[in-house]
Amino acid sequence: MNTFSDSVTTALHLLIAFDPSLWVIVGRSLAVSATACLIGYGLGVLLGAGLAVSRFRGREVVLLGLNTLLALPSVVVGLVVYLLLSRTGPLGVLGWLFSFKAMVLAQVVLVLPVVTALTRQVVEDVERQHGEQWASLGAGALVRSLLLAWDERLALMTILVTAFGRAISEVGAVMIVGGNIDGFTRVMTTAIALETSKGDLPLALALGLVLLAVVGLLNVLVALLRRRSEARLGTSPALVGGL
Amino acid sequence: MRPIMQLDGVTVQLGRVRALQGVSLSITAGERVALVGPNGSGKSTLLRTLHGLLSPAFGIARRDGALRQAMLFQRPHLLRTSALNNVALGLWLDRSLGLSWATAKAQALQALARVGLQGISAQGGRQLSGGQQQRLALARAWARQPDVLLLDEPTASLDPHAKREVEALIAEFAQGSSQPLTLVWASHNLGQVKRIATRVLCLESGRVLADLPVEDFFNAEVLAHVSPEAHAFVQGETV
Repeated sequence: MNTFSDSVTTALHLLIAFDPSLWVIVGRSLAVSATACLIGYGLGVLLGAGLAVSRFRGREVVLLGLNTLLALPSVVVGLVVYLLLSRTGPLGVLGWLFSFKAMVLAQVVLVLPVVTALTRQVVEDVERQHGEQWASLGAGALVRSLLLAWDERLALMTILVTAFGRAISEVGAVMIVGGNIDGFTRVMTTAIALETSKGDLPLALALGLVLLAVVGLLNVLVALLRRRSEARLGTSPALVGGL
Repeated sequence: MRPIMQLDGVTVQLGRVRALQGVSLSITAGERVALVGPNGSGKSTLLRTLHGLLSPAFGIARRDGALRQAMLFQRPHLLRTSALNNVALGLWLDRSLGLSWATAKAQALQALARVGLQGISAQGGRQLSGGQQQRLALARAWARQPDVLLLDEPTASLDPHAKREVEALIAEFAQGSSQPLTLVWASHNLGQVKRIATRVLCLESGRVLADLPVEDFFNAEVLAHVSPEAHAFVQGETV
């Protein structure tokens, strides 16, 4: 038998046997990324919807910066958050470095531009097409942004999954600010990196399989929810025609 | 009679396009003004300017401050929620109306009954047929009890049956209300214009070619005398 098939078999054993060392890491990973996603998503949707309807001097520069941040490498985020939280940094007094909170903060920084930029795009497209109808009904810019964001909740669900995928699959930021401390800040991705370097491929592979399954399951849930909502509330206007 | 809406030499610029050029007109209460003209002639821009959604680059647009206006768009945007909520939100969001959610819902239900949609108030707005969606949007506009109703080709994208239903409702609103409702609408349907309008404005390239009472507009001799271009447009539309 080769190394790969051996590793896969052992990985499946670990999963089926509910190996506690594995599931503790999985639980911590989910907790860190879910918390970061909820915070980042809440802030990002508000910021994105606001940006979609607001017009101010320098808006183009802000959008350019935001779109650039979409490609922000996670190690750079880790480095910046590390510098902020280190003892001599501006947030050093919090004492968060190498903790759960530090990992959450790093992932919030990572997902915030993603949620903000994508929400801005979704809401701005609808605002451009239909915003004046709601303006004519007396809805101000802030109300309109929230209303249109709520109306595009199916698209925003997909953004949530994208954000969660980005958070749970990144390794650089949590490695730097969490330190990969066993039983404390070790998460799936950092564990995979460590176990692979140690040659413990089955555990790394088992964690990889769980990671894939989690993201896959989330996608299935969103697709089901989307289908149900579309059946109940309708998808697109039945009317057609030009100006 | 004192005008309730007035434009003096209004020019509206949309990007690089001059959508309206030096348009002057005044509208008095109770008039039913039809805007006709080819695509891109400025009908929609004129409606949006009258409604205050667009500001003139030059000239002055005046409106009676106490006027309540509502506008119906060719493709109404309905939210992913029930028909009732779509109308109620339209009322509740306007803080100048100061309605509670319960009152907004009660008034929305009345408006839905007015357009014959009370039986499907719980259905998703986007699940309705094209004609029902337009009636729902009409209810949303009507619920505001407007003095002026502006309509942008309200029947353009509907099938003949739905077209008749929506047209009948508009005519009913215009003629059957206790207060004189002022109607300004853009239309490509000259038959509809003849049936409902009291006055017709013919536009081309952002300019008003003719502004006549409906009888004169459909009198070929008068129209040809006033504006040969408008006459040619009507001839083209009725061939």
